[in-house]
Amino acid sequence: MATPTLSKTDEMEAAAAASPFITVTFRIRRYNPEISDEPQWQDFQIEIDPKERVLDGLHKIKWDLDGTLTFRRSCAHGICGSDAMRINGKNRLACKTLIKDINPEKPITVEAIKGLTVMKDLVVDMEPFFQAYRDVMPFLVTTGNEPTRERLQSAEDRERFDDTTKCILCAACTSSCPVFWNDGQYFGPAAIVNAHRFIFDSRDEAGEQRLEILNDKDGVWRCRTTFNCTDACPRGIEVTKAIQEVKRALITRRF
Amino acid sequence: MKIHKYDTVIVGAGGAGMRAAIESTKRSRTAVLTKLYPTRSHTGAAQGGMAAALANVEDDNWEWHTFDTVKGGDYLVDQDAAEILAKEAIDAVLDLEKMGLPFNRTPDGTIDQRRFGGHSRNHGEAPVRRSCYAADRTGHMILQTLYQNCVKEGVEFFNEFYVLDQLLVEVDGVKKSAGVVAYELATGEIHVFQAKAVIYASGGTGKFFKVTSNAHTLTGDGQAACYRRGLPLEDMEFFQFHPTGIWRMGILLTEGARGEGGILRNKDGERFMEKYAPVMKDLASRDVVSRSIYTEIREGRGCGPAGDHVYLDLTHLPPEQLDAKLPDITEFARTYLGIEPYTDPIPIQPTAHYAMGGIPTNVEGEVLADNTTVVPGLYAAGEVACVSVHGANRLGTNSLLDINVFGKRSGIAAAKYSQENDFVELPENPAQQVADLVEHLRNSTGKERVADLRLELQETMDACVMVFRTEQTIKTAVDKIAELRERYKNVSVQDKGKRFNTDLLEAIELGNLLDLAEVMAVSALARKESRGGHYREDYPNRDDVNFMRHTMAYREVDDNGQDSVRLDYKPVVVTRYQPMERKY
Repeated sequence: MATPTLSKTDEMEAAAAASPFITVTFRIRRYNPEISDEPQWQDFQIEIDPKERVLDGLHKIKWDLDGTLTFRRSCAHGICGSDAMRINGKNRLACKTLIKDINPEKPITVEAIKGLTVMKDLVVDMEPFFQAYRDVMPFLVTTGNEPTRERLQSAEDRERFDDTTKCILCAACTSSCPVFWNDGQYFGPAAIVNAHRFIFDSRDEAGEQRLEILNDKDGVWRCRTTFNCTDACPRGIEVTKAIQEVKRALITRRF
Repeated sequence: MKIHKYDTVIVGAGGAGMRAAIESTKRSRTAVLTKLYPTRSHTGAAQGGMAAALANVEDDNWEWHTFDTVKGGDYLVDQDAAEILAKEAIDAVLDLEKMGLPFNRTPDGTIDQRRFGGHSRNHGEAPVRRSCYAADRTGHMILQTLYQNCVKEGVEFFNEFYVLDQLLVEVDGVKKSAGVVAYELATGEIHVFQAKAVIYASGGTGKFFKVTSNAHTLTGDGQAACYRRGLPLEDMEFFQFHPTGIWRMGILLTEGARGEGGILRNKDGERFMEKYAPVMKDLASRDVVSRSIYTEIREGRGCGPAGDHVYLDLTHLPPEQLDAKLPDITEFARTYLGIEPYTDPIPIQPTAHYAMGGIPTNVEGEVLADNTTVVPGLYAAGEVACVSVHGANRLGTNSLLDINVFGKRSGIAAAKYSQENDFVELPENPAQQVADLVEHLRNSTGKERVADLRLELQETMDACVMVFRTEQTIKTAVDKIAELRERYKNVSVQDKGKRFNTDLLEAIELGNLLDLAEVMAVSALARKESRGGHYREDYPNRDDVNFMRHTMAYREVDDNGQDSVRLDYKPVVVTRYQPMERKY
């Protein structure tokens, strides 16, 4: 349309101009084995615009109150996957969670994601997570001579695995999975999502191998379909559905 | 201190670093040192596409692409390098497809292409569809695909290792690379990596601006490590301000949005780009569009209560098209602004985006010690480097191209060098400088705080060396930066520990930003003309007689240990295209 309707944008701009700061309590689970073997909760009060991100709040604490607070972050807009953490008991990216959306009236609890060893404060050991990823052959496998131009792929075939290409390896899904909490040997949702991305790629020729890997006792059959992973995914990937599709492919051997 | 020995060491694991690693790992024992886990790199934030004249959807060829690149860079581009970029673009895209990258497809199943700023048919006649893309997550797909192939090739990564020093040793009168010194985040331990060849691929330095599309971690570490060891930095005054950052936040909204038909409007709903660029309109080069936006704002036609931004209007595009082609940026608008791009215009403003300048290299990625001499064993590729294929203003989609073409070239060249040459003996106490720096910061009891100095730096840079500059504003920046560098000596950190001490590393990163900000401001002050991303209101015209040359900035230290920036200049390589007036 030539003259766009401005209602919602107008409203947003007016609200932004007003920028009313509120006082928020962050309740953070601290852990530093250089100081103590025991984790403990610590409260911080900050003034913040509720339209800012939880990450902005963590930065305010680190930069103004306590430089020892330690967490990973990089892009700050939900693309790099560094800052998955447990916020008010749910796995989220701190940079994609606005203060106003998580009831700032009450203390906001922030702790490290579960199921991976905590190294310091909100930083966990990501190595087991990436090892599971590497184990599912997360790369295109083809045989025969390479074509001179691109391999052809129809838009429909490309669409078949689109959802699972969105994964940013943040571990929000895997570390929300009760099966993974109880047994770190389970590949976990993220590794299965990345196997799915290749199993259903029409150009790939190693689907059978990947299915065999996931047929393992620590593979897809461990999934109990609790949907925690789908709820946790900051990219909106239908993780549980992808896992179900891999299970089905294992039964029918069609993919 | 630990000492490691590798044939080839790559610093950084974004697109350029991993593309280099795939080549060099096949040919030499390679270690990749990266301050982030590879998939966290900011290549993943690139959205719109990667240029290559595949001609899959309409007539196109590499010569047109070369011309557009040279013109886009306002004739400061080295034309031999631009020709390589455009020619090798085609294979670079096909390589990625064969590695598994899920490009969007045409109805024929080939790679689909779309329009992008500054890319034109036959030397400026009309926009051309040259950008190969995967929705608005092309950078994400490139980063993932390269990481996947690094896993396949068994590339050895040292994750969360911060390279803080470049070791140079003089052998028979020639300065050679001996390796690098790195700080391990997890333990606080210092590691020396002796290597026959080192490739810097550590990315940009945009975090010295406040409103920026850059990640928190883009602090110019590679540029600073080389500069402090006496190597030059080229064309640092040229910084790109992307026209469409989310208002106040700076988060990137791809130019692909305009490639898909999006329109910029002022408060009167006017499509103002028609006035400034009658042919290319909203798809003029980024420097032109960013200046146009600020002109609208300055002349009182900006939007919102403060009139400090304009709108990116996508409301006339079918929701299905937005969902299919621009899913991520429309989600950003919903998440961060709470508005619906189907029906509401998106408030935007220019955002600091990309350093055209960097460590000077030749087309093989070899780092230059001056205008002509290479540093044996030292390479650079990607945003950290200046080849120069981007000149005074980079075209959209040419950076994802740059990292692939010159990442690959430097990976091959460095590995070849490693195969043919021996290790250079390490200097005595190779880790001394880094150990001193770390100890100084950890033990300092100074009263200055990192966050304060960084914010003052960012606010100064936004106010003084952004889209519009004058002698007065740049001088203000130079003075302020000098003050901040002095105060930086009294910076202290609260975290005194060794384990995951990000407090300490932020302090080190601030030191890098301050040094590079100084280089940028001093270089900008001396360039008394307007060209590409460097616009001087006091010298509004391009001056090819005096300034068609690259700036080369060196760090000089006097007898009292006081350092300053010395400027020199390097000729531009001109092959096919004589400078012309630039119109879009």
